[in-house]
Amino acid sequence: MDWVNVILQGVLVGGLYAMFAAGLSLIFGVMRLVNIAHGDLIVMAAYVALVVTQTLGIGPLTSLILVVPIMAVIGYALQWFVLNRTLGDDLLPPLLVTFGLSVIIQNGLLTLFTADSLKLQSGDIEVATIRLVEGVYVGVLPLLQFVVAVAVIAGLQFVFYRTALGRAFRATADDPAVAQLMGLDNRHVFALAMALSLAVVAITGVFLAVRANFDPSQGPARLIYGFEAVIIGGLGSLWGTLAGGLILGVAQAIGAHINPGWQILAGHIAFLFVLAVRPQGLFPKVRT
Amino acid sequence: MSAKTSAGKGVRVAFGSRWSHVGTALCAVSLIALAAAPFWGGRDDLQLLSEIYAYVALASLWNLLAGYAGLVSVGQQAYVGLGAYILFALAILGGLSPLWAIPLSGVISAAIAIPVAALVFRLRGHYFAIGTWIVAEVFRLLASQVSLLGGGSGTSLLAAVVIGMAPTRQLRDFLLYWIALALVVVVLATIVLLLRSRYGLALKAIRDSELAATCNGIDVRRTKVLVYIVTAFGTAMVGALIFLQKLRVSPDAAFSVNDWTAFVIFITVIGGIGRIEGPIIGTIVFFVLRQTLADLGTIYLMMLGLVAILVMLTTPKGLWGLLVERFGWQVFPLERKVVFEERSAARE
Repeated sequence: MDWVNVILQGVLVGGLYAMFAAGLSLIFGVMRLVNIAHGDLIVMAAYVALVVTQTLGIGPLTSLILVVPIMAVIGYALQWFVLNRTLGDDLLPPLLVTFGLSVIIQNGLLTLFTADSLKLQSGDIEVATIRLVEGVYVGVLPLLQFVVAVAVIAGLQFVFYRTALGRAFRATADDPAVAQLMGLDNRHVFALAMALSLAVVAITGVFLAVRANFDPSQGPARLIYGFEAVIIGGLGSLWGTLAGGLILGVAQAIGAHINPGWQILAGHIAFLFVLAVRPQGLFPKVRT
Repeated sequence: MSAKTSAGKGVRVAFGSRWSHVGTALCAVSLIALAAAPFWGGRDDLQLLSEIYAYVALASLWNLLAGYAGLVSVGQQAYVGLGAYILFALAILGGLSPLWAIPLSGVISAAIAIPVAALVFRLRGHYFAIGTWIVAEVFRLLASQVSLLGGGSGTSLLAAVVIGMAPTRQLRDFLLYWIALALVVVVLATIVLLLRSRYGLALKAIRDSELAATCNGIDVRRTKVLVYIVTAFGTAMVGALIFLQKLRVSPDAAFSVNDWTAFVIFITVIGGIGRIEGPIIGTIVFFVLRQTLADLGTIYLMMLGLVAILVMLTTPKGLWGLLVERFGWQVFPLERKVVFEERSAARE
């Protein structure tokens, strides 16, 4: 029963990792941009949620109604005013600019909120558990977060393959020049993609903040987990990303169960193992 | 570097220009002045200069990797930390003199870089960048598991080991300063020589177009792996020296992404990527900003990030790139020019 619990917890955390990855994967798919500030934006969303919950006195989950649009607007503006200027054949400008953003966000949060560890309180739901069978319990909150993660992935899948917006994303990704000839404004499409990515980031940030302590220095680790989930799952596949997140979560849970010091290391080793034996990931869709 | 064509005309590749002669002379003069620093500077000056040398060396190595070989790594802290930890392991556990441990840590790190390259070279572009970062994280986590070297909280060099280097504190300061200066000179000289060799020509071809380079018979992958390993070798030696000067190592300090990669990238981009002078200019700007604004703490770091972003967006060639375009300056003789030498005896 012990191991069943360990793996179950790993799967539930894996949902969160898949959410870290989904926003990253979306941006890379549409404009071949790896956003180094992705993890810091997740942490920033957690702080936005903190301010919203404290000012309005509402619960963290209710605060999503405001946090999601706030982050989406930030995403649109970020892409429109800054990141659109970095796109091109050279991979250094987007990398350097998002690296710079990462440093700015981290130190900005540090200035505004100090290095203290914080957590969003969500009341009774935090401690509620469901008994599956004798000896195996799951928390309501982790379960809810897992369901949300699956819903986010399904939602992105729907947007990408069933809507006009998704068609615009795919067309711009395939051939930006032709997409523009067909009347799409690439800058607007890219900005919408970043807005959607940061909407996912907002949901992720709130769940991260409800589930565990957060502080301004946590961003890079979130980026790395998300990145590992993307590569394990295979580039360009959203469901693959979910699988990648779950594998990472389970690997970390197993590592932590053997020795608490090995939790994160076990996740990295799972990633390097996949990279060594199957560099295209488990469910690849695009080749790079 | 000369070859005779069938027509009897000598063809020679000349490096350098009027500017580079001036530049080389200036370098020689400043090198003498800097080597004499223990006689004109105080302890603080020596420490500051050593730190500047370390950043010039790290940024020059990163510039070789990213600016010339197109390998944008954000995981060079892996080798800074590895060099530092190998030095401490050799000195504390192996009883080796730290001075010998510096080159040895470079060699061992280069050996470790070979299997790492095999792994991370499976990733391309941005993914390579983050892949190298994960490798650095793995090294950091592994280092914090080594309880013989203090685990997560790190360890210090034993007094006996420190005194073994040189009997007095002043002599040790001088010795470490000269080693730091020698190391940065060796790093810069190696890069200049590498760029002047056939590998340098290959690297410039790869930088401009990988496809065209491949078509001209350059083994792109092999050249890149070679540069990656050479860079690991140099970066590890610099890392070993940095922490030998600090006399203390810990996983978070040795494998810090901000200290050994973010700052290094900002320095290179601000100074001018893909030019050997760039990292030197960038380091000077970085230290001027730091000495004047460091009291502001986090605001200073935000400004540094902002300056790097603005430079990238407005002058992607960096400050030195601007000067080169404006005045045609070059300090190091690296520009290739073909010189035709007519020989009267062989004239047709």
